[in-house]
Amino acid sequence: MSDDIYREIILDHYRNPRNKGKIDNADVVIHDSNPLCGDQIDIYLNVVEGQIKDIKFDGKGCAISQASASMLTEMVMDKPLTTAKDISKDDILENIGLTNLGPARIKCALLSLKVLKMGMVKYYTDKEPNTAEEMEKDSNLF
Amino acid sequence: MQSSELETNKIRKDFPILTRKINGKPFVYLDNASTTQKPLSVINKIVDYYSLYNSNIHRAVYDIAEEATNAYELTRKKVCKFINANSPQEIIFTRNATEAINLVSYSWGRQNIKKGDLIILSEQEHHSNIVPWQILAKEKNAEIKYLKIDETGNLNLNELEFYLNNHNNAKLISLCHMSNALGNIIPIKKIIDLAHTYNIPVFVDGAQSVPHLTTDVTSLDCDFLAFSAHKMLGPTGVGILYGKKKILEEMDPFLCGGDMIKEVHKENTFFNDLPYKFEAGTPNIADVIGFSSALDYLNEIGMDHIRNHEIELTKYAIEKMSELKQMKLYGDINLQNRGGIISFNLGDIHPHDLATILNEHAIAIRSGHHCAQVLMEKLDVSATSRISFYIYNTKEEINIFINALGEAIRLFQL
Repeated sequence: MSDDIYREIILDHYRNPRNKGKIDNADVVIHDSNPLCGDQIDIYLNVVEGQIKDIKFDGKGCAISQASASMLTEMVMDKPLTTAKDISKDDILENIGLTNLGPARIKCALLSLKVLKMGMVKYYTDKEPNTAEEMEKDSNLF
Repeated sequence: MQSSELETNKIRKDFPILTRKINGKPFVYLDNASTTQKPLSVINKIVDYYSLYNSNIHRAVYDIAEEATNAYELTRKKVCKFINANSPQEIIFTRNATEAINLVSYSWGRQNIKKGDLIILSEQEHHSNIVPWQILAKEKNAEIKYLKIDETGNLNLNELEFYLNNHNNAKLISLCHMSNALGNIIPIKKIIDLAHTYNIPVFVDGAQSVPHLTTDVTSLDCDFLAFSAHKMLGPTGVGILYGKKKILEEMDPFLCGGDMIKEVHKENTFFNDLPYKFEAGTPNIADVIGFSSALDYLNEIGMDHIRNHEIELTKYAIEKMSELKQMKLYGDINLQNRGGIISFNLGDIHPHDLATILNEHAIAIRSGHHCAQVLMEKLDVSATSRISFYIYNTKEEINIFINALGEAIRLFQL
């Protein structure tokens, strides 16, 4: 099973993460961590007319959390920010090719998605409080 | 492969869990600093209590209540003897070592720590020996100083002496005798002697040391000692606070209610004598009674033999691990200054990834910050992997572990 988890693509994103770093003057910066593992993810977003014009992540943690964050940035770059609402847990697990993760490690894979969704809510809280409120009520969000 | 100190083949037969197979492979348990496995004698002792004399203690007059009370108090006497305290009255049962520390920070701390006072800890403390003091310090506007550790995890006693010389308001030193993350053993006796020349009490967090080293509170002369039964073959849910009788007598109660009182009137209450003053409500009777069998088991083997066995395993493991490429080992190299705990990192493999790979080989290790984030910051790592030994571990298990590390190296193409 370890061979299934630590495939070439995970190791590639872990060692050569895409869109890693900070964005100066980002429209949204949001941070969260996974207390179990100590994985940390910051996401920086530049948003123009509702579109993600730039996204970067910064963080430290296990291969799964960091590779998953790297792949997520590629997934949503140039997409509407509200796309984040519709990305599900299964979408992420399929995207990174790990559908058999145990409950402890699933949290590693999903941390960056959680941070992106928090970032979306934060962005709309400033711009459109009503939209943000509706988003927060959305039970599929987190 | 048995160690020259312990008959591990014989010992392992006493631990039912060690016969388990995980993923079809024999279970290798290397997370003993977290909690240890339980011998059948401890498990049976708990079953006997519930099957034969389950009843509340310190109250009823019927036979089984007396049996339960006697069994519970017998454990207290055994603990007293195990750490060489003066009197069973100095032994207080709590839920765990964490609660023992909270008891003292709440009760002793609120009576004795005032604005501007200083509490001295170290950078390698477990969160349970940081957070209660932080909360107390914030409440009282007191200050906390952390003794620095060097790159091998050792304290500098000159720094402690500096604080004691330059701060008239230092009021308490609270340190772990053995680090749960690095395994380093601090020169606690020297520290206590030094502190006492300044009339400052010392709280010893013995959660890691008491299960592995001979502990003698009378010769140490520590003022408080906390440890947990579950890290020394006993059940979960039992912690021990030792305190010098004179100090405990002057302290206010921590939790209040039944059993900790002598008389209750509408306007006031007279508290019970030690140790009951600090044991409010029905305690964890079954597990305290179970703990007595754990102490019997350890006494039977002998703490000196346990210590030597762990030194032998640690030496063997460090030798084997050092042969692997990109292996970073933490802690003191001198085996006399450390317990059977080895923290490490292997190349850029994150400890959680390593633990996942080892789990495939049925090897249980700990990965993460080990509830010692202040230490992790100091070492400038987000996490480490940790193995830790006890009486039933063997060199054969270390070989299995080393082979699995080789598998991780292959997967991560180190």
